[in-house]
Amino acid sequence: MNINIAAAFFSFFLSCLLYQPAYAASDKLVLDPVEIDLFDKASLQRGARLFMNYCISCHSASYMRYNRMGKDLGLSDEQVKDSLMFASEKIGETMTIAMRDEDAKKWFGVVPPDLSVISRARGTDWLYNYFRQFYVDDSKAMGTNNQVFKDVSMPHVLWQQQGYMQIDDEGHLSPSVKQKQSAEEYDLMTRDLVNFMAYVGEPSKIQRLTLGKWVLIYLAVFFMVAYPMKKVFWEDIR
Amino acid sequence: MRLIEWVDARFPLTSLVKEHLSEYYAPKNFNFWYFFGSLALFILVLQIVTGIFLTMHYKPDAELAFASVEYIMRDVEWGWLIRYLHSTGASAFFVVVYLHMFRGLLYGSYKEPRELVWIFGMLIYLALMAEAFMGYLLPWGQMSYWGAQVITSLFGAIPYIGEGLALWIRGDYVVADATLNRFFAFHVIAIPLVLLGLVAAHIMALHEVGSNNPDGVEIKKNKNAKGIPLDGIAFHPYYSVKDLVGIIVFLFIFSIILFYMPEFGGWFLEKDNFIPANPLQTPEHIVPVWYFTPFYAILRAVPDKLFGVMAMGGAIVVLFLIPWLDRSPVKSIRYRGPLFRIALTIFTLSFLTLGYLGTQPATGLYTLLAQIFSILYFSFFLLMPIYTSLDKDKPVPDRVT
Repeated sequence: MNINIAAAFFSFFLSCLLYQPAYAASDKLVLDPVEIDLFDKASLQRGARLFMNYCISCHSASYMRYNRMGKDLGLSDEQVKDSLMFASEKIGETMTIAMRDEDAKKWFGVVPPDLSVISRARGTDWLYNYFRQFYVDDSKAMGTNNQVFKDVSMPHVLWQQQGYMQIDDEGHLSPSVKQKQSAEEYDLMTRDLVNFMAYVGEPSKIQRLTLGKWVLIYLAVFFMVAYPMKKVFWEDIR
Repeated sequence: MRLIEWVDARFPLTSLVKEHLSEYYAPKNFNFWYFFGSLALFILVLQIVTGIFLTMHYKPDAELAFASVEYIMRDVEWGWLIRYLHSTGASAFFVVVYLHMFRGLLYGSYKEPRELVWIFGMLIYLALMAEAFMGYLLPWGQMSYWGAQVITSLFGAIPYIGEGLALWIRGDYVVADATLNRFFAFHVIAIPLVLLGLVAAHIMALHEVGSNNPDGVEIKKNKNAKGIPLDGIAFHPYYSVKDLVGIIVFLFIFSIILFYMPEFGGWFLEKDNFIPANPLQTPEHIVPVWYFTPFYAILRAVPDKLFGVMAMGGAIVVLFLIPWLDRSPVKSIRYRGPLFRIALTIFTLSFLTLGYLGTQPATGLYTLLAQIFSILYFSFFLLMPIYTSLDKDKPVPDRVT
C-alpha cells in the first residue's frame, strides 16, 4: 500500500521532468534542436568572434565581462583585447554598447534587447532556428522577416553567409543563389554562435557541471558510511 | 563535565536535550513517510543560511534587482551555487511539506490529541506560501512581476474595501518599486520570524503529546516500569542516525536537480523570468510556480472573480478543519474502511490534476475539468463527516506492528 503511493508520487515527479509547461508547448513551430557543448572551447571561441563582429554593434551583454569570457574560453587578456574587444577599453568591463536607446528606437523602432540571458529566456533551440529562418519580405522596413520571430525589427545580419531565403506559399524556405556558405556550413556556424550565447547566459554552468559529479560522489560515499551506521544503531530494535 | 554543570545551574541545557532528543520517545515503526518532517526542518535552515548570503548582494530596487541577481550568478564567488541552493530549495521545501502533510492524512496525525500540531502545521504552510510568493517577486523578472500583479489584484475582488486594500498592499497602483521593497522586508524578516516561531510551536506541541505512527496506535498507553513507552525508542540516537540517512538521500536527488537541471524544465525557474520586469508588456501566459497551481486552478474554475477568490481561500481553510470533520475513531489508513480510502485517493488525484490544470490555459475543456476536480476536492472535506461515520473500520491493534 505505502510502496504503491510512493511509486505513484515518484512517477508523478518523473512526469514533471518530461512534461513542459504550457507556454513552451503552445509554440506551434517545430524547432530543430541544437547541440550545446560548453566544454567545446573551439566552438565557443568561434561563436565569440561571431558575437563580437555581428551582435555587439547593436546589442549589449551588460552582465558579461570580457576577462571572465577570456578565462572561461582559454584566451589571455591580450588575445581578448586584440581580437574580440571592439566596443570597450578595459578588460574588466562588461559588454556594453555605445548606441543610445533613443537612437536605437529611431533606427529600428525598438531598443535591441540585452543578450546576457537571452539564451535562458528564449531557449537555445529557438535562437538556433531564429538565425536560420530569415526570409525576404518586401513589406518590411528591413526587407526581411523571420519565421520564428514574426515581424522582427532586426535585419538579417548574417545575410552574407546565408544569403537571402525565399518563402513559398506553403511557408517553406528555399535558399537563393547569393550565398557564401552551404546550408551545412551555415548551420555549423550558427551552432557556434548559439553555443556561445548559451555560455553567456550562464557562465557558471561550466563550474556547475564540473562540480556536480564530485558532490554526488561525496554524497554516495557519505551514504555508504551513514547507512551501515544506522544499521548498527538499530540492531537491537525489533 | 564541570562546564555542563555550570551551564545547567543557569540554563536547562541538559534537560532540554533530554526532553526533545535523548529521552523523547518516538514510535519504533516510522516508515518512509516520516522522513519529511526532519527534512523540512533541514530545508528551513538551508533557506535561511543561503538567504542571508543572498541578502548581502541582492538589491531590492526595481532598477537594480534583476541585474543584482545576475551579478550574484556571475561575479559573486560561489554566488551561483548559493542562488541555486535557494531557488531549488524553495521548490524542494514545498515537495517535502506536501509529502509531510499527506503523511498526516494517511495516518490521521491531525486527530485527537494532535489537533494543535496540525493547526500549527497549517499555519506554517500558510506562512510558507506567503514567503514563497513574496520571494518570487525579488528576481524582478517578467513572471515575478506579473505573478505578483495577478495575485495582488485578487484582493481587489473584495467588495467595498478591495481596491483600497490592493493599493495598500502594493503601495502603488501597480506592482512597483514600493511593492518590491516591502516584499523584500517581509521575505527576509517578517515571515521568517513568524515561521521560526510556528515551527517551534509545532515541535513543542508534538513533543507534548508524542508522535503518531503508521499504525495510529498511542504508544503512551503501554509503558514499562520506568514510564518509557514499550514501543518507543529515543529520538536520539535512533532517529537522528536514521534521519541523517534520509537527508543524504534527499541531498543526492536535490544535487542532481541543482547541478544538472536547476530550471527543472521551466518548473523551478521559469523562462520568462529571465526577461526583466516590464509593466507595459504582459507575458502570453502567466503561470504561477508549480506549488501554487492547484489553488490557481480552483480560482480560475469559478466564473466570478470574488467567488473564485473565496473558493481559493476556502480550499485552504477546509484543511484547518480536518481534525473536526473526520468522525472516525481510527487514525491510520491501515485500519480504515473502504470509504475513506476511496475518498483519499480521489482527493489526491484531484489535487494533482488541479495542479496540472493550473499550468494550462483556462479554456474550454480545461475549465470544465478544473470545475469537476474542484468539486471533488471540496467533497473530500465537506462529505467527510458523513463517510467517516458510515465507514466500516477494522479493529486497531493494541501495540504497533
